[in-house]
Amino acid sequence: MIKVKNLKKSFNNKPILKGISCEFEKGKTSLIIGQTGSGKTVFLKCLLGLHTHDEGQIIFNKSNFQQMNENEKMELKSSIGTVFQGSALFDSMTIEENVMFPLRMFKNIPYDEMLDRVNLVLKRVELENSNKKMPSEASGGMQKRVAIARAIVNNPSYLFCDEPNSGLDPKTAIVIDNLIKEITEELNITTIINSHDMNSVMEIGEKIIFLKNGVLEWNGSKSNIFKTDNQAVTDFVYSSNLYKKVRKMYLDKS
Amino acid sequence: MTFLHNIGLYILMLQKMFQKPTKWRVMKDLILKDTEDTVVNSLGIISFVSFFIGGVITIQLALSTTGSFYPDYLVGYATRETIILEFAPTIISIIMAGKVGSFITSSIGSMRVTEQIDALEVMGINSINYLVFPKVIALLLYPFLISIAMFLGMLGGMVACVYGGYSTMSAFIEGIQTDFIPFHMTYAFIKSFVFAFILATVPSFHGYYMKGGALEVGKASTKSFIWTSVSIVVFNFLITQMLLG
Repeated sequence: MIKVKNLKKSFNNKPILKGISCEFEKGKTSLIIGQTGSGKTVFLKCLLGLHTHDEGQIIFNKSNFQQMNENEKMELKSSIGTVFQGSALFDSMTIEENVMFPLRMFKNIPYDEMLDRVNLVLKRVELENSNKKMPSEASGGMQKRVAIARAIVNNPSYLFCDEPNSGLDPKTAIVIDNLIKEITEELNITTIINSHDMNSVMEIGEKIIFLKNGVLEWNGSKSNIFKTDNQAVTDFVYSSNLYKKVRKMYLDKS
Repeated sequence: MTFLHNIGLYILMLQKMFQKPTKWRVMKDLILKDTEDTVVNSLGIISFVSFFIGGVITIQLALSTTGSFYPDYLVGYATRETIILEFAPTIISIIMAGKVGSFITSSIGSMRVTEQIDALEVMGINSINYLVFPKVIALLLYPFLISIAMFLGMLGGMVACVYGGYSTMSAFIEGIQTDFIPFHMTYAFIKSFVFAFILATVPSFHGYYMKGGALEVGKASTKSFIWTSVSIVVFNFLITQMLLG
């Protein structure tokens, strides 16, 4: 579980996050949504430790991130898997080497054992027999799946995904979304996804956090999102005619 | 202010480079790869440039020292001094700032743009140690390249001198051996080590701290070449003043 209390962050005296408090539960897929510039990427980077927040607390399983020493931080980071927007695969390494990388860095296990683990996770993301391919030879969807394999190879406790299905076609995006949801349930981990894709929200959003101008404007489940009267949320979620119709149908039914 | 800020940032980068070292079994592979990228892959261009520039230096010296007033061995002597003291360590380093420096900046800069450095950081890896330290170790072999440049420069000079008809081989070799001061070699290798450190760290700094996209990677490479060359020239002056002045 991750608890965030009154998180504030500014750049050049311009406040980006204005006191965000929320909780991310274990075994659930939480989505951070919001318009471009709402502060969701900064929020995610603060959670990942890539940005140092100005005020507030980030608590990973009762341990305050800011109060941890270097070794504790390193231990925590080794239990975090991250899927970046652009996959962030190491382009000088093969797919196998990319996935094996966290194991080489953090585990003292023989090569054969590492290879077995790599093959297992590659099979889990349906990429068996792609070990020797370079990332440049893989499609966007494959790269995302390699990034997910690399993120879960170390059996993480937390999985962070920044726009995991951006740039993918709708069908592949759903495959990636479902893969993340299944992995979250299988490994019983805390998963946080940064997205502005409403399909993802409807597919896998067990908990949804809506940010607007650096403030937590609304949070709830995907079923609640149909019922909410919050104008900012409805403006964002039902910006397309399709979702307006879906909402009307849902409300008419209920 | 930006200049001072960057110097401070560079010093902090050097400090961080020695903290939280990467596992040896990973570091070993990185050092070998960087040795291949920076040293082995530069052998061709350095050999080519050294041989021909050595020839040009000899021809120019021979043309400006013709006449009975100058001894025959002078061309060999002057070629040796020019190559050992200045051409091999300094000019080759400036060429390397273009070749290796740009490569280092663009490769690290591309990793920054594509979030690969962020990926290292979130895994709890000291990305500066992971990316910069192996390059510093790989470039400890740089004086080996400079030795080859010295040898080929003098060989090129001898070929140009003899086949150009400016002097005889025996006179050229006599010149190479005349008044040889071993400390000049020490001076050249001290310079080479300092330049190797600059070649590994200044381009890394420009790649690591770059901001923006693909266009900025190109701009960072150009900036890196300029600052690496400037640093080499400034340290060349300081070392020469300290050791020979």
